[in-house]
Amino acid sequence: MTRDLFEKFDPILNDYNSLPEGEGNPFTVSMEKVLSPTTAIINGRETILAGTNNYMGMTFNEECLAAARDALDHQGTGTTGSRVLNGTYNSHKQLEESLKDFYGTRHAIVFSTGYQANLGVISTLAGPKDYVVIDADSHASIYDGCAMGNATVVRFRHNSPENLDKRLARIRQSDPDAGILVVLEGVYSMLGDQAPLRELTRISKDHNAYVLVDEAHSVGVFGESGRGVAQEQGVEDQVDFIIGTFSKSIGTIGGYCVSNHEKFEALRLVCRPYIFTASLPPSVVASATKALHLIRNSNLRRKLLENSLKLNKGLSRAGFNMGTSGESPIAAIIVDDQDMAIAFWGEMIREGVYVNLALPPATPNRMNLMRCSLSAAHTFTQIDFMLEKFIDVGQRLGLLQKAARLA
Amino acid sequence: MTQTEDEIFERICALVKHFNIKNIPINQNTVFSSDLELDSLTVMDLLAEVEDEFDITIPLNILPDLETVGQFTTAVHKLLGNQ
Repeated sequence: MTRDLFEKFDPILNDYNSLPEGEGNPFTVSMEKVLSPTTAIINGRETILAGTNNYMGMTFNEECLAAARDALDHQGTGTTGSRVLNGTYNSHKQLEESLKDFYGTRHAIVFSTGYQANLGVISTLAGPKDYVVIDADSHASIYDGCAMGNATVVRFRHNSPENLDKRLARIRQSDPDAGILVVLEGVYSMLGDQAPLRELTRISKDHNAYVLVDEAHSVGVFGESGRGVAQEQGVEDQVDFIIGTFSKSIGTIGGYCVSNHEKFEALRLVCRPYIFTASLPPSVVASATKALHLIRNSNLRRKLLENSLKLNKGLSRAGFNMGTSGESPIAAIIVDDQDMAIAFWGEMIREGVYVNLALPPATPNRMNLMRCSLSAAHTFTQIDFMLEKFIDVGQRLGLLQKAARLA
Repeated sequence: MTQTEDEIFERICALVKHFNIKNIPINQNTVFSSDLELDSLTVMDLLAEVEDEFDITIPLNILPDLETVGQFTTAVHKLLGNQ
C-alpha cells in the first residue's frame, strides 16, 4: 500500500474535527457584508471587527477609494505580469519613489505581499556561506525566508541582547569574515511588544552584522512620521534594511523593502519571490501610494494608542490575565485552557465581537490568546461595547469573578 | 578539551530533564517528538540551551536530522570537533 499524502495531517485534522460546529468554529467565519473598517455583518448580525490589524482604518478612506477607483478605470483590474515582464507601470515606480521619500532612503523595492518581501529578501541576501540570526518569536515569513535560503540559521532568545551577543560572538569566533544578517521585528504581533532596537542594533554592529527590521506592525503606528520603531527609538541609521507591508496601516496588500545599500537594486535581478509572481494591481498601488502619504501627515497615531490603552486598561481592571498593557495597538487576554479559549471566542462572535483566537504554535510561550488589534477608526462607544461583552462572557465562563465591573 | 560522546550524552540528558514532563527514562533512542512529546518550538528551545551549555553554534538547519537524543549527542560531538 502506498502512503496517503494526507496521512501526516491526521493529528491536526483530529484537533480540527473536535472544534465546535456552527458559529463557534473559528475557521468557518465569513463576512456577509463589510460595512466599514470596524464593522461587518457576520452570521446575520452587525459585528465589531476587533482583530483586523487595520490600524489606521484606511480601507474605506475616501481619498484612497477615489485613487483606487481612478486606477481601476484607467489602468484595468490587474497587470497580469511580473515586475520584470510587463508588470511594471509608472505607478509602481511612483510608489517606490514615495517609499524612498517617506523613509529618506536611496532604494525601495515593492513586492506583491509582505510575506514575499520577507521571504525574498532574507532568502536572497543570505547565501550559502552567510548566517541569518533571527529572534525566536519571529513571524512565519521570516522562518520561511530562512528555510528557503541556503544560509546557516541561528536563533536567539526573544528580545534578549545578551543572548544575541553570545551567538554573534560564537559565529565571529569560528568564522571571522562571515556575512551575517540579524533579523528583528519592530513590534511582535501577538503581544505587541517592541524590540529593544537600540541594544540589539548596537550589538549587531559591534559584530559587524547587517540588520533587517520588519516594521509590518509598526509602520504608521510608531515614530514621529510613522516610519516605525526604528524611527521611534532613533536607530534608523543603524538599520540596513527595513521591511514593511501595505496590508495593515496602509489598508490594502503588498510589501516592500527599503535600504541605502549601494547595490540594493541587484535584488530585482536575483530575488525569486520578486521576479516570479505578478505585480500588484494598479488600484492597489494607487491606494497604497495615497495611504502612505496620509499616514505620514496624520495624527491618527495618538487616537489609535488611546483606543488601545482604553481597552487594555478596561480588560485589566475587570480582572483578565493580560499579555499586553496598551503600549502598542494590541490587546491580548491570556486564557490558560485551550478549550476555554475556543469557547470564549465562540461566545464573543455570538455577542457581535470578532476577535482573533491565537493558539500555539503561532503564539509565544504556548499561550492561548484572545487577541484584539485596535484601529484608530474604533470609537470609544465601540470599545465600551467590546469591554462589556468581554466581561459578560468572562463571567459566564467563570474566567472572571461576578463582582467585576466596567471600570 | 575533548569530550567523549558519553560525557556529552550525560550533559544533554541533564538539560532534557527540564523538558521531560512525564519523567520517562531517557536513552540514546529516545525520540523528542513521540517519546517526549516535544513540539518543534520546544526542541528549538532545548537546542538553545545545548548551544549555551557547550558554547557552540547549532544551526537550525540540522534540526530535521535531530530526532533522537542520540542523534543530538552525535551532532554536538561533531560540532565541538569543528568549532
